[in-house]
Amino acid sequence: MSILSRLFGGKEPSSREVAKERLQLVLVHDRSNLSPEQVERMKDEILEVISRYVEFDPQMVNIRLTNQERESILHAEIPIYPGQRRRRATTTT
Amino acid sequence: MTARVITITSGKGGVGKTTTTANLGVALASLGNKVVCVDADIGLRNLDVVMGLENRIVYDLVDVIEGRARLRQAMIKDKRLKDELYLIPAAQTRDKTAVSPSDMVRLCDELRPLVDYILIDSPAGIERGFRNAVAPADQVLIVTNPEVSSVRDADRIIGLIEAEGKGPGYLIINRVKPEMVKRGDMLSPEDIIDILAIELIGLIPEDEEILVSTNRGAPAAMNPESNRAGRAFMNIAHRLMGETVPFLSIDDEPTWFQRLLRSLGLGGEAANHTAPINQRRSAPSAPPPAREEKPAAKAAAPSTSSGSDTSAASGASPEGKKAASDEVEVSAKTTRTRKKRTP
Repeated sequence: MSILSRLFGGKEPSSREVAKERLQLVLVHDRSNLSPEQVERMKDEILEVISRYVEFDPQMVNIRLTNQERESILHAEIPIYPGQRRRRATTTT
Repeated sequence: MTARVITITSGKGGVGKTTTTANLGVALASLGNKVVCVDADIGLRNLDVVMGLENRIVYDLVDVIEGRARLRQAMIKDKRLKDELYLIPAAQTRDKTAVSPSDMVRLCDELRPLVDYILIDSPAGIERGFRNAVAPADQVLIVTNPEVSSVRDADRIIGLIEAEGKGPGYLIINRVKPEMVKRGDMLSPEDIIDILAIELIGLIPEDEEILVSTNRGAPAAMNPESNRAGRAFMNIAHRLMGETVPFLSIDDEPTWFQRLLRSLGLGGEAANHTAPINQRRSAPSAPPPAREEKPAAKAAAPSTSSGSDTSAASGASPEGKKAASDEVEVSAKTTRTRKKRTP
């Protein structure tokens, strides 16, 4: 961020920052060879499987792909409701 | 004598592969190596004009591979250099399918005993031509520009090179404009290294002299004292030969405000806030060979402190502030890239 934009209280990120952010995002998909739609579908399927075993708040779920060095990592953060157990019926197919 | 095969590639076209190949050829040859540059861009021959040898072509790469010419006949010697620099030009009238990856491996095996370095100029893209160029490589240099599409393509290429077992490759960032980086309008070298996560081997500043020298057919590295880009290519050649050459600071060219402060005897620390990345990890007792463009303050810093990350900040002596810069430095963040390896 240049001194000028800081002086004028500019909140707009520089084009350099925007470029870096966009690149990081697009490379997550390039490297994993997954389109954003495929990632969405994968998330849905993961949650579907997990919901057979535990209960969770869909609002609190955080599943995302990231890059670390040159490796793609799938992060999933799914807080489970404490003490609640689901009916067993749904676990069998 | 057994040569090291170095392939120069990028994925995206127009980022400076051919210019890099020609200049590294000249730079390595002028440091006393026997070098042969091979143009692997069959059908779109260009290395010959950039090197200024276009009028001397008789046989080309495909002639050698198909047995119409002996290897020696197709090697055009650059007579301007007292050391040995050769070009094997691409065929202009054929296409990439005229050569296979195993042809290139065979050709390079035949060349290896004759020279010290074999530089292969890869075509753009990720198809046959690229695979031809990478097949014989011992080391791959990936050229990119500080711009989203070429960085994205470089990432793809790095992945392919790793898949071929040729990885991880070394990065050359070409056409850096320090002023734009400082303004926040260009990806900085550290941004790019952050994203691509491979080791940097060269930073080439944008330099009009590249176009001028290409117009004349005399690569910029032939006169490194007269242009920054040529010096940057010389530095890459030194690094390829295993020497440690610091990347110079992006702030070596002071802004008018910094110049004003300095003329008043104030400020100056901004120019030296980062340590050369190569020195950060190496022992302070082993400074790189002295070269005239090395800033005095930086040369002194690692030996007086214990080579810690931020030590160079103390070296902001007045003499060190305005150093001739041929490259722009990446700042301390680059420490998160892969561990050092001598190319």
